Amino acid sequence: MSADQAPLLELRGVSKRFVKSLDTAARLANLFGADARDQVVHAVDGVDLAIRQGEVVGLVGESGCGKSTLGRLAVGLHAPTEGRRFWRGEDVATLTPEARRRTQLAIQMIFQDPYASLNPRMRVQDIVGEAPVVHGLVGKDAQRDYVASLLERVGLDASLMRRFPHQFSGGQRARIGIARALAVKPDFLVCDEAVAALDVSIQAQVLNLFIRLREELGLTYLFISHDLGVVQHLSDRVVIMYLGRVVETAPTEVLYAQPNHPYTQALLAEVPRIDARHRRFAAIEGEIPSPLAPPPGCHFHPRCPHAMPRCKIERPALREIAPERFSACHLNDVNDGNDPPPVAAAPDTEVANEA
Amino acid sequence: MTEATLKVENLRTHFFTRHGVVKAVDGVGFEVHAGRVLGLVGESGSGKSVTGFSILGLVDPPGRIVAGSILLKGRDLRTLAPAQWRTIRGNRIAMIFQDPLMTLNPVLRIDTQMIEAVRAHDRVSVSTARERARDALARVGIPSPDERLAAYPHQFSGGMRQRVAIAIALLNKPDLIIADEPTTALDVTIQAQILAEAQKLCRESGTALIWITHDLAVIAGLADEVCVMYAGRIVERGTVDEVLDAPMHPYTRGLLESVPSRNRRGVPLAQIPGMTPSLVNLPLGCAFRERCSRATETCLTDPPLYNLGGRYVRCFHPIHVQDEAEASG
Repeated sequence: MSADQAPLLELRGVSKRFVKSLDTAARLANLFGADARDQVVHAVDGVDLAIRQGEVVGLVGESGCGKSTLGRLAVGLHAPTEGRRFWRGEDVATLTPEARRRTQLAIQMIFQDPYASLNPRMRVQDIVGEAPVVHGLVGKDAQRDYVASLLERVGLDASLMRRFPHQFSGGQRARIGIARALAVKPDFLVCDEAVAALDVSIQAQVLNLFIRLREELGLTYLFISHDLGVVQHLSDRVVIMYLGRVVETAPTEVLYAQPNHPYTQALLAEVPRIDARHRRFAAIEGEIPSPLAPPPGCHFHPRCPHAMPRCKIERPALREIAPERFSACHLNDVNDGNDPPPVAAAPDTEVANEA
Repeated sequence: MTEATLKVENLRTHFFTRHGVVKAVDGVGFEVHAGRVLGLVGESGSGKSVTGFSILGLVDPPGRIVAGSILLKGRDLRTLAPAQWRTIRGNRIAMIFQDPLMTLNPVLRIDTQMIEAVRAHDRVSVSTARERARDALARVGIPSPDERLAAYPHQFSGGMRQRVAIAIALLNKPDLIIADEPTTALDVTIQAQILAEAQKLCRESGTALIWITHDLAVIAGLADEVCVMYAGRIVERGTVDEVLDAPMHPYTRGLLESVPSRNRRGVPLAQIPGMTPSLVNLPLGCAFRERCSRATETCLTDPPLYNLGGRYVRCFHPIHVQDEAEASG
């Protein structure tokens, strides 16, 4: 990262805990000697993330790993339990209300479900055009033309703006969601599984739209997805999360060619790919532990083929193992971080033939 | 070759709605052999799930199978009475659904549900049935199956629940299992575990498997043969290697080019323009015509399913890889 320029958005040591307090019955039971405690989910646990201007960062992880929560922290929809959030080098919490409002407009979010995220009782013209009018970006009289230009930008027919969301297909609704986010002229978009609900051919159309918009408007994306193929296609840099922590981050080509963390390796090896025929699936053991009771030390150690005694006690720090490459694994201390862990298999060699 | 476990010919399942006749499945034919995996690929609304339901005789009104034959080991299932159907369903043909929460009864313990499934088809004692249930759970890799038999569905995670659904499908050692998007809701690592179980199953017990999915990459790893469906019809059929390496139908090729991982980063994906047509009023002729770059006047008539040396393609202008190599070279 160039030292002279602050990243566009930076999260420093952010955590988000969701606490389910005890109900009255449990508190009463405690009076009589029961040992009921608050349930605490560490959805995001001490994550640092810096995103530069113009960059596309892919955030990957399985369900329950905290990637959506991290996305919401980045947008400001959740307040972090711990840690700070910086926009263009300034702590958002210390900004004046006016500056904070401008920051909020500059960061927009595109949601996963194109059915649930559009108000079914509003016309597209209002869905897309409401925010820019409220925030004084365009006058009420110019709203129509403004919405028309936005709809054309995302590849929709502007004559459809008087319609309701249910009159559109899934792909078209995804485009409406994008137009709504673009309406307040943001610099930064957080896309939370924005193409997950779409069919392959429609997904390709929307991904192409994201690529085009980035070129035309100079946008920066945080692209959250469980689909490694989609992330590989779109991102400059990839961040892998597991149970609330970042386990690895690296430039896209490097990460896919030489994954360092055992979890990343397992993940990449298990992604079905079109050029991997008749393969014998050999899955990593076990399941993702509950975030209510994560294992101590390295969260991945119960499933890790290389786990050592140390992994059960000590949490590995996210360390720089090569320029731009960070990984949180004790194995990197063993072999100085020059090589991926010893038994590392590049995904290509996993294509085992039945023969 | 031996007799196919399942042979479907010219299957037509139509839904008679107020808005018109929806031809969800319109002339589908394929066969699956013992121990083989057939992939049925298509996007939403292509008729792939209805095909699965039709084979099991689970089409509800206003839907009806209007034509075709479904031959299970040579016996046409369409001629069966409902009582005979029940001896087939869950016994000779089993189905695994996308959402195991919907297929498992939430208020019954796993053992109750499994013993019931065994005893519905087999006159055995409860303890024998329980033994078989236990073995089935162990086969799909559920740890400590004895204790887990007494659990309720909500006490399992998504991946484990799907394993239970597979175990139930296995109970009566069926000839054929139809799996309808069983891994779509699961995470990558859990999906790989389920796919591994499915492969083991086919190899070891010789069960024929129909795997319905929208994910071409899963099919690539799992299936032997593949049928690509579009608007209620099979547009291309062949072995996995043939179809994925040298797709002949423009739709198959468009689908393959839309999958991000095959393409270079940041470069726009080749996309299929437009969207899937409504099944209520399909365009005249080839249903893909309006999205196809190769379409001509000829495509205004219905293309037949051409047999090109064991491969089937429903197109007047199929893509031949050799032709293209010559044209560009």
